[in-house]
Amino acid sequence: MDFLRPASWSEALEAKANHPDATPIAGGTDVMVELNFDQRRPTTLLDLTRIERLAQWSRDSHPEGDVLRIGAGVPYSRLIGELGTSLPGLAIASRTVGSPQIRNRGTLGGNLASASPAGDGHPPLIASEAEIELESVRGTRTLPVSDFFTGVKRTALADDELVSAVHVPAATGPQQFSKIGPRNAMVIAVCTFAVALHPQRGTVGTGLGSVAPTPRSATEAEEFLAGELAENGRWERPDPLPESVIGRFGELVARAAAPIDDVRGTARYRTHALGVLARRTLGWAWDEYRNGTETSGRQGCA
Amino acid sequence: MRLSLTINGRATTADDVWEGESLLYVLRERLGLPGSKNACEQGECGSCTVYLDRVPVCACLVAAGQAEGREVGTVEGLAGEDELSTVQRAFVDTGAVQCGFCTPGLLVAADDLVKRVPEPSDAEIREALAGNLCRCTGYEKIMAAVRTAAGSGSPATGSGESSGEQLT
Repeated sequence: MDFLRPASWSEALEAKANHPDATPIAGGTDVMVELNFDQRRPTTLLDLTRIERLAQWSRDSHPEGDVLRIGAGVPYSRLIGELGTSLPGLAIASRTVGSPQIRNRGTLGGNLASASPAGDGHPPLIASEAEIELESVRGTRTLPVSDFFTGVKRTALADDELVSAVHVPAATGPQQFSKIGPRNAMVIAVCTFAVALHPQRGTVGTGLGSVAPTPRSATEAEEFLAGELAENGRWERPDPLPESVIGRFGELVARAAAPIDDVRGTARYRTHALGVLARRTLGWAWDEYRNGTETSGRQGCA
Repeated sequence: MRLSLTINGRATTADDVWEGESLLYVLRERLGLPGSKNACEQGECGSCTVYLDRVPVCACLVAAGQAEGREVGTVEGLAGEDELSTVQRAFVDTGAVQCGFCTPGLLVAADDLVKRVPEPSDAEIREALAGNLCRCTGYEKIMAAVRTAAGSGSPATGSGESSGEQLT
């Protein structure tokens, strides 16, 4: 086995171009499990942990609103500690990943490139319409996050490409996330749901995880809720939402799921639980909006 | 390959390291540091917790080559020359050690917590130790030990009970 240890991003891209079959490794929380259990023997490991650029994030001003550019090597612990106000949905989701040890190592770029249907970082990125920045010696391209995932553990990455960064619009309203599993820590999601309210645009974003081959949004639910909020002037006069609206939102979110039965749960349970998560997270997010609560990346208790 | 790194403050090298092996394997099998325990090999149990550049990680999930030139702190480095560290003393005093297998990982995780958070709440302690499994299920004593360590500030002071009560 070769172990490549590029010191710079350009060296890493060169290495990937010269060794298209190299397995990139950052936090190792997926790759090392496969190695330890002899499930995979890559001919080459490409260590990305020495590249400073990958471990940085920045906030850039755009006419339509600020966008966070998060380097692919930023670990979950820093997303929680440093981006909880700008990206509360992603920060809440990050807090549900593994344990402190895992969050200190696991990265958003690795979560994307592994493309597990249960990736905890994916639903908030879907709800915020994030873009994924891919780079190779040939150049840079960005893809909407929903186009990045092409199947179970499959992505749009070409053999010579690496994930360089994620571009996420800064939150302009409340964001929430919730996850079902047997305990609060060390859990691969049974299902997850993220919601983002965009009061200025009058729209709603959703992200569903672990209920389909790839993370997805519930477009019908988003349109229903946005329509309901606009028609009844609820953005301007934010009274409590009627049960009928919250219930319908949950139904439409559940309808967007296409889950399977597996060791973690049945399709029927996942669909049911997803509807419950959708109702609860909408309730939390709407309460935050009504109360003008500062969004902090903290979470109500399920 | 030859691996050079700093372990518990001492420059160390290991030879004939296979690129795909874990830092945990290097520590235990090549460098004679068996304090970090090998159990799940998938980051689930926390018994191999070590500091990597002063951040607690699962040594089983760090590729040996990733540790090149880095600074590693293991449970063997917690105690001083003659005395146990604060968390070690608190674990002993409180009776937080049963079979002992999870203890090294818990000590490193707890050491990190009490250094970062001056007076952790019970919820903070639980979250900080969520990645460390004790299959003797001795969690109550472990909680008490961490409260003691967080409250004492110096080794071997007082009983666990009183400082625990102050913090709840």
